[in-house]
Amino acid sequence: MAKYVIKRILLLFFTLFIIMTICFVLVKLLEPNEILDVTQAEREEAIRDALGYNEPILIQYMIYWKNILTKFDFGVSFEIEYLGSVNGIIEDRLLPTILINVYALVFSVPIGIALGVAAALKKNRWQDHTISTLVMLFVSVPSFVYAFVLQYFLGAKLGWFPIQMESLAETGSYFTWGMFVSMILPVLALSFGSIASLARFTRAELAESLTSDYMLLARAKGLSKGQATLRHALKNAMVPILPTIIAMFANILSGSLIIERIFSVPGIGGLYIQSIQELDYNVFMAVTIFYTFIGLAANIIVDLSYGFLDPRIRMGAKK
Amino acid sequence: MTQADKITQDLTPEDFRFASRSEQIKDKKPETKPIGYFRDAWRRFKKNKASIVALCIIVFLILFAIIVPLISSFSISFSDPVYRNRIPKNSTLAHIGIATGEYSNELNQRAFEYYAAIGIGAAYDKETDTEDNTQGVGGEYAAIRSVKGTTASNRTKVKMDAYLEIGFRRLSVTREEYDQIVAYEQETGNTVLYPVIDSSKVNQTFVIDSTDANYWYEMDSSGRAVKDAQGNSKDIYLRDSDGNALYFQNRDANGLYIRVLYHNYFIFKNGHAPEFLFGTNSVGQDIVVRLASGIQLSLLLAFGVSVINLLIGAIYGTVEGYYGGKVDLIMERIVDILSGVPFIIVATLFQLHLANSVGIVPSLLFAFVLTGWIGTSRRVRTQFYRFKGQEYVLAARTLGASDARLMFKHIFPNTLGTIITSSVLVIPSVIFSESMLTYLGIVNLSGTSMTSIGAMLSDGQAVLASFPHVIFFPAIVISLLMISFNLFGNGLRDAFNPSLRGVDE
Repeated sequence: MAKYVIKRILLLFFTLFIIMTICFVLVKLLEPNEILDVTQAEREEAIRDALGYNEPILIQYMIYWKNILTKFDFGVSFEIEYLGSVNGIIEDRLLPTILINVYALVFSVPIGIALGVAAALKKNRWQDHTISTLVMLFVSVPSFVYAFVLQYFLGAKLGWFPIQMESLAETGSYFTWGMFVSMILPVLALSFGSIASLARFTRAELAESLTSDYMLLARAKGLSKGQATLRHALKNAMVPILPTIIAMFANILSGSLIIERIFSVPGIGGLYIQSIQELDYNVFMAVTIFYTFIGLAANIIVDLSYGFLDPRIRMGAKK
Repeated sequence: MTQADKITQDLTPEDFRFASRSEQIKDKKPETKPIGYFRDAWRRFKKNKASIVALCIIVFLILFAIIVPLISSFSISFSDPVYRNRIPKNSTLAHIGIATGEYSNELNQRAFEYYAAIGIGAAYDKETDTEDNTQGVGGEYAAIRSVKGTTASNRTKVKMDAYLEIGFRRLSVTREEYDQIVAYEQETGNTVLYPVIDSSKVNQTFVIDSTDANYWYEMDSSGRAVKDAQGNSKDIYLRDSDGNALYFQNRDANGLYIRVLYHNYFIFKNGHAPEFLFGTNSVGQDIVVRLASGIQLSLLLAFGVSVINLLIGAIYGTVEGYYGGKVDLIMERIVDILSGVPFIIVATLFQLHLANSVGIVPSLLFAFVLTGWIGTSRRVRTQFYRFKGQEYVLAARTLGASDARLMFKHIFPNTLGTIITSSVLVIPSVIFSESMLTYLGIVNLSGTSMTSIGAMLSDGQAVLASFPHVIFFPAIVISLLMISFNLFGNGLRDAFNPSLRGVDE
């Protein structure tokens, strides 16, 4: 087990290293930022020189790594916040993204599982057909279409919620009531897809465990249908469902890009788009590393969680 | 002498004879028609109603994308900023009450006079130098089509025509164009040119836009029309010394200012009335044609990616799965690394590096292909692991079949079902990613020669609250595309692998 975990983590860092290298080279091959303020050109040149921007790519790459390893420093931004630390910029943007995703998860997990359980218990009845059809619709329709529908009807027509998220400058904190209300639309838009995919997955898993032999045994022992479902079928069905929830969290952390844009959430996704549009290379690199790392780490956590949840599954065993 | 020796000694060749020398031995012929793999799959597919409906929708959308640009009166590069954000209008469909180009509005008295004046002014009679007051509501060119009543706050509830409400525009043209318009008027009898307004008499506080030429009547300081004893508005046309209304005003040596009824000027320019089936967007482009072009791009890209992924994935998976061992190990590590790269980052870097040299769409295609084939190769590899040890493969190998023959003739056909299914299911995900990238502006495709659904959505979102039709049609189309391709793909998977029926992953 330990050997498997170490192997996976080593592979993660190896993969991350290769992707970072390729990205770094590709980014450095692009035209450097223009110097915005001509009067400051000399000072600007001096700053860039001090940061090592005039060295060959290999030396620059080594400097980049040295800063990351010794100071965990991803450089400075030139466009988004002139000479601001990239770490600081990302930290500022991390909270709204995490908040929205956590709210979405808290909202969608119970509903998704409940719908899935309902569909599985009423398999092939009208309840199941209704839920399955809705699930099919909501899984297929892209999340930005719900976002537009919500924005138009709940935001513009009925005026229940603000169309865009409040800015931090107005409310002062992310934990005020006004901020929470303005986050409801993006949270809903993110949740529909997760609810649908979770319901579909739960239905499939639970429907399978409901027909297993141990359920028959449980009923033969004298358990009521409800007891048997709750204690045996659901428990077994949860083994593959929980890792899916973890994967969902990682996915919406990176998948909220478009939702963040639609509702102007000041999050990581917006930062990424901004860094591309303004060609802020250091910010772009750092966000790239962030997304890649989240994706890779989520994979490992999902794989390992199977082993923790169900000791019968042996990690790294040959198939 | 053992028993066995005895038997062989006693037997002579004469003891043997052919069982049936004349007739050939054959299996009994099947009594029913043989059913091949694909025919069998088709038979199962046909039973799935949802998939058949999905297939019909796909065919409809493909036909829409092909036929619309051919029959449409507008090209994709067409744009008329005067008619921006206009709602859908089609005179044929208007008979059954949809796409009438009309909308409900509430007007205060000043606005009511302003819009009524469009219809009245358009009925200007050159001979008698008078307007026709009956044309203000429901007239031929009246902006107000009908009055529905009044509200408590004394505003008038009306139905307005989104195209006619543009009314008159002040345009700057060359002398040649002026002559052409005059010739056109004589030929067709349509009135395009109307008397020019004396701008010194217009109450400038109410003029919003410098090309607006709807204030042909005299206004008081509160913006209300000044009427004479008969209830007629007083015109403020520019007149010569004899009192005749002038139809142009000199700008400079070769330019003129004219006042046109824009609806008729549009007919003069384009040869047909301003009618946009799905309306126009914020720069006055026709949404139907752009939508067709967006569908074309999405589908072509998706089919292209799907075919290329299928080829690369099938070959890669075949080699990996067939040879196994070290080859497999190395190739799997490459796949591991590639699959760790987030797609959005690949797409961004490809756009930044390649878009200028090879074009936007090819670089988007490369981005999709770079990591897209991994899913297919994994499926093919799994199938190869399942089948390569089977007896029939061993038998073929013993008979001297080459590696290539074993791979492609004997094992590969087993993977066909899964890879066809997976390459159909790739299509919706490509369409989604493409629209996401163009929506976010990472890929910029909102030009005049080509567009994408994502770019149209992004256009529409800017005017979502006031003009929802701009976003409505692209949103409907992308939802239909995604739903129908998903249903179609699921139907195919159930048809090719009946054992997977109902499993959704």
